[in-house]
Amino acid sequence: MSAATIDTATTGDARIPLRSHLRHTGALIRRNLLWIRQDPESMFDAVLFPVIFTLLFVYVFGGSIGQSLGGGQEAYVQYVIPGLLAMMGMNMAQGVGTGFNTDFNSGVMDRFRSLPIGRGSVLFAKIVVELMRMLVACVILMVVAVLVGFDITHWPGLFAAVGLATVFGSALMWVFLTLGVVMKSAQSVQAMGFLVLMPLQFGSSIFAPTRSMPGWLQNFTEYNPLSSLADAARGLMVGGPVAHGLWVTLAWSIGLTAVMAPVAIHKFRTKT
Amino acid sequence: MTRIDKNPSGADSAVTVRGLVKHYGETKALDGVDLDVRAGTVMGVLGPNGAGKTTLVRILSTLLASDTGQATVAGYDVARQPRQLRRVIGLTGQYASVDEKLPGWENLYLIGRLLDLPRKEARTRADELLERFSLTDAAKRPASTYSGGMRRRLDLAASMIGRPQVLFLDEPTTGLDPRTRNEVWTEVKAMVGDGVTVLLTTQYMEEAEQLASELTVVDRGKVIAGGGIEELKARVGGRTLRIRPADPLQLRPLAGWLDDLGITGLATTVVDAERGSVLVPVLSDEQLTAVIGAVSARGITLASLTTELPSLDEVFLSLTGHRASAPQDARPTETREEVAV
Repeated sequence: MSAATIDTATTGDARIPLRSHLRHTGALIRRNLLWIRQDPESMFDAVLFPVIFTLLFVYVFGGSIGQSLGGGQEAYVQYVIPGLLAMMGMNMAQGVGTGFNTDFNSGVMDRFRSLPIGRGSVLFAKIVVELMRMLVACVILMVVAVLVGFDITHWPGLFAAVGLATVFGSALMWVFLTLGVVMKSAQSVQAMGFLVLMPLQFGSSIFAPTRSMPGWLQNFTEYNPLSSLADAARGLMVGGPVAHGLWVTLAWSIGLTAVMAPVAIHKFRTKT
Repeated sequence: MTRIDKNPSGADSAVTVRGLVKHYGETKALDGVDLDVRAGTVMGVLGPNGAGKTTLVRILSTLLASDTGQATVAGYDVARQPRQLRRVIGLTGQYASVDEKLPGWENLYLIGRLLDLPRKEARTRADELLERFSLTDAAKRPASTYSGGMRRRLDLAASMIGRPQVLFLDEPTTGLDPRTRNEVWTEVKAMVGDGVTVLLTTQYMEEAEQLASELTVVDRGKVIAGGGIEELKARVGGRTLRIRPADPLQLRPLAGWLDDLGITGLATTVVDAERGSVLVPVLSDEQLTAVIGAVSARGITLASLTTELPSLDEVFLSLTGHRASAPQDARPTETREEVAV
């Protein structure tokens, strides 16, 4: 085996060079992609979620909420699509938690943990593949959006919104990876995710303007990062104020990642 | 490739364990374990469920930290040099640790890449090992479609990718049928032939005898006996030869005659009328051969002839005077029997 990776003089233990980290992460990304190839049904959520949510919200609520927006269903399409884009990361992240919990409880994790790899690479690989899945979901969302009448007026803005949603999504994935490692069963991760996500999703500006909500709820939505992301995405995609939502979302993303990524890796490393 | 020269604890010892203690809450899984495995040998760790075997393997393969005590594997300290240690070990866990969703070949290629083999070498190594473990035909199928034996073989192959110096096998045949168990044994023997040091945990005396040259018997987190396998076998009374004459009427005369012959070791023969056979305790291969020679010289036609090893319970009984302890509160009836013994 290559002697270059052995450096006992300074630390007493070998360091893992960056190149090896990248190689390991790459190999594990391949593993997670092969899973999708073996089990194409695992893409169902990424494919169907944007379709179903778009159709439901546009055709069920579109008419009435659209009226309060001063238009009709067409006005609501412009309103809700950026919101659904903001929601995408959250739904993907929840899946990461349950999927990783199942993975973690399988024997192969013991093998990974007995190999000379940086243990973070198992988590990084998972996040990279989930972000790929999220991008697929975003593409499908936009296709459906256009089919139900969404006007893409500003392509750079659209790409920026997708980018922002991805950044926030990856931050949430660290949160859910931690839950996936810490909690005992995939079911409890799912239940936990549901309990946290429902209020966050609906108590936000994702689906409807917050003007008509009671004061206490407006306060909640104001501090809800999903509102900030939805507002920023809306501004970027259809016009309107961007800066505030953008900075708040970035701050949340950086904050969550800075705290939860080390926690997730630490929990993963020490869990037995 | 070899790193024996870097071994600080003496060239001979591949695994050294001193005073290892591990608690899980109130339960003491390991209670001061000492162990030495000489390089190139197979050490069997024999004990019942809950004796601490798996905990020991998990600590030695860096999956778990001990509370106190020291352990080195191939000269590397488990607590301070885990990464280097991981580079020289292979692990086959109690439950096959392969990725069920990946095809066999992909499993091996993945491990090769995680061990920093260049792509080409990882590919060749995967091919080689599939061939060696007779899995080439199943290379492209997901491991979830494999039989129990195939899965264990894939698991063993995965453990061998990095050409480990020390291999940990945690109950490698638990839950396998006898034929599959034999397959796995054959593979393990071949691996030992390559000069790998093996630490094997098992609940079966038979498995220990098949594979190990030395044995450590553990119970409730403590080592209760250790030594060469022959020596321990002598202490627990060796094997039992089961002879079934074709004619059941010859059963009792045969038993009496064998007793009179005086070559059957310590105990006398026992007649098992229910299964129509005579049980003859033997201590050595020489005795075994002598008994068979005498029977055939006498001209008795035999229907079957088998040797049986003492069960784990019998081993414990001989070594400690009590039965293998059940995990706490698991088998109350047996604990009561202990008093009677």
